[in-house]
Amino acid sequence: MSTVVLLLITGLGLGALYFLVASGLSLIYGLMGVLNFAHGSFLTIGAFAGYELSRRLGAESIGVFVLALLLGALVGAVVAALTELLLIRRLYERHIEQVLVTVGLALASVALFDGIWGTDPIYLAGPPWFDQTTEILGARVPNDRFVLILVAVLVLLAIVGFLRFTRYGLIVRAGVENRSMVTALGIDVRRAFTVVFAIGGAAAGMGGVLASQYFGYVAPTLGASVLIFAFIVTVIGGLGSLPGAAIASVVVAVLQQFANFYAGGTGDLVVVLLLALVLLVRPRGLLGRRA
Amino acid sequence: MSTASAPRPARLARLRAFLARPVVRRVAAVLLVVLLAVLPLLNLTIPGVLPGPTYTPGTLQLLALGLLFAALALSYHVLFGATGLLSFGHALYFAIGAYGLGIVLESTELPLVPAIGVVLVAALVIAAALGAISLRVTGISFAMVTLAFAQAGSVLIRRSPAVTGGDEGLPLAVEHIPGFFVGVLNTRNLYWLALAVAVVVFLLVGWFERSRAGHVAHAVRENETRVRVLGMRPFTVKLIAFVVGSVLAALVGTAYLLLQSGVNPRAASSDFTLTILVIVVLGGVGSRWGAVIGGIVYTLLDQRLTALASSDAIDALPDVLRVPLSEPLFLLGTLFILVVLFLPGGIVGLTRRGRRAESAARDELEEVA
Repeated sequence: MSTVVLLLITGLGLGALYFLVASGLSLIYGLMGVLNFAHGSFLTIGAFAGYELSRRLGAESIGVFVLALLLGALVGAVVAALTELLLIRRLYERHIEQVLVTVGLALASVALFDGIWGTDPIYLAGPPWFDQTTEILGARVPNDRFVLILVAVLVLLAIVGFLRFTRYGLIVRAGVENRSMVTALGIDVRRAFTVVFAIGGAAAGMGGVLASQYFGYVAPTLGASVLIFAFIVTVIGGLGSLPGAAIASVVVAVLQQFANFYAGGTGDLVVVLLLALVLLVRPRGLLGRRA
Repeated sequence: MSTASAPRPARLARLRAFLARPVVRRVAAVLLVVLLAVLPLLNLTIPGVLPGPTYTPGTLQLLALGLLFAALALSYHVLFGATGLLSFGHALYFAIGAYGLGIVLESTELPLVPAIGVVLVAALVIAAALGAISLRVTGISFAMVTLAFAQAGSVLIRRSPAVTGGDEGLPLAVEHIPGFFVGVLNTRNLYWLALAVAVVVFLLVGWFERSRAGHVAHAVRENETRVRVLGMRPFTVKLIAFVVGSVLAALVGTAYLLLQSGVNPRAASSDFTLTILVIVVLGGVGSRWGAVIGGIVYTLLDQRLTALASSDAIDALPDVLRVPLSEPLFLLGTLFILVVLFLPGGIVGLTRRGRRAESAARDELEEVA
């Protein structure tokens, strides 16, 4: 029983991480039809920003961790907004070229991180409380899992709140539904593109700081390793659907944990099998709209 | 336009029209292949482009790699350029070719040619199964799904060191390979093999594009709904293109194993697929020559940039310049972004654009006349 609880909560923590990346991917795709390959780099730059901050101010304090989280979000948002303004904006309605530009950015940025921080993973310690465990139903669960889940839930609520209750959120929702109509009504939907990119970048940057806690290291390849599962999550959840991404994150991550434990480390393969199954039964994903 | 400059564009246009004639193009292509074939017997040096004279094993190895990358880009052209399928999992089939041949040679007594046959059949079966599943979705979803399958393949390769050598890679078992393909002194035989593979793949891809399936594939790329309305089945054609491209990639993979006398897990990674994509876009999407030029230019550029990165001139620069310039992938990635933004037709597009400008000028002339 205690093993099951531990796997479940660890899976939820990992799912939180996937969600932080997948939510941005899904929003960006939903509004603009752009598959953003550079999203992993937003995560990595956020992780490195958080690492540099906690290296200077001391990694033990929880206050510094919160600051690192905010800095990661800020750096991710700025980099993402710049990406949209400088690269994506020039290629409107040319989806393949937009994908290609983000591919180039992903290659170049990972190489740049290699040059600055080196190719080897940098191991880091967080606040000591994160490594301690809390007992739930007989299972000793490391505390950082709860932090991950908490942050992901807050981000989900913040994004939903933004979409529900703000003017830009309204424009984004309308834009996902029917972009040409929004444009025809005289609303500059392009500003919403930048906003959505910045939100996705902020979530990913925050995810970077959390990922470096969860995995215990930062490395230039950190983003790419999470990004592939985030892609799988967005396809399973349904492209462009935020609730779909949330549900699929949890399903994928929990399944991965259980398969890794009970089926001899086959988690990654089981996830791909799940993807194949979803495509066979329901190609548009769990909550995706009919194409 | 002044009348004094009129004869020159006209003569140029006539020259271009002459060059565009199928017979001339074919003869030029044959001459190019002959030139490439006798390269190992010549002592040519191109400073700054090739690392040494053309008969040296190092240069031949590099050129052979360029030819194989060109062939691989051609196989990807079947999917992306000809059919419009943006796959992010093409490296998987290349890896199936390379690893498959390595494993078959190591664990069976089969000679080289039947072993390659077995590997190609296996690639065909796998491509048909995975293609049928991934083609249930289109566009961006298709890209993500192929990426996921390739990632699963990459994980399988890394996680089963007993069969694939894990992170160390799989060395070529030389017992069942003809002697003339083994050793540094025989690099030129491997170069000729690479040239043969590139020519065969080039011809097969051309044959596919001119076939009925190829024409429908072009139509699917332009407008899939319309193809369906016309009563044809895009799915079948896309699957055929997927399988053809994948099996050709596996063929290139087998040659790669022989050339590099081994293969490592990087060949199955998503980075490698992105490399193929970079090659195709660099050369020019939608044309066979674009893929060929992209493959060779990329290989030479990669080698030169790596040499540049470790040169003393770069080492002496301040950190702000040294760090980016010492990362070949950073330069390639940046170059790639610039090509996508400012040169949509790639390298081949440059000559085409010139031709279009000239034909526009000619139209203008005719109007004036």
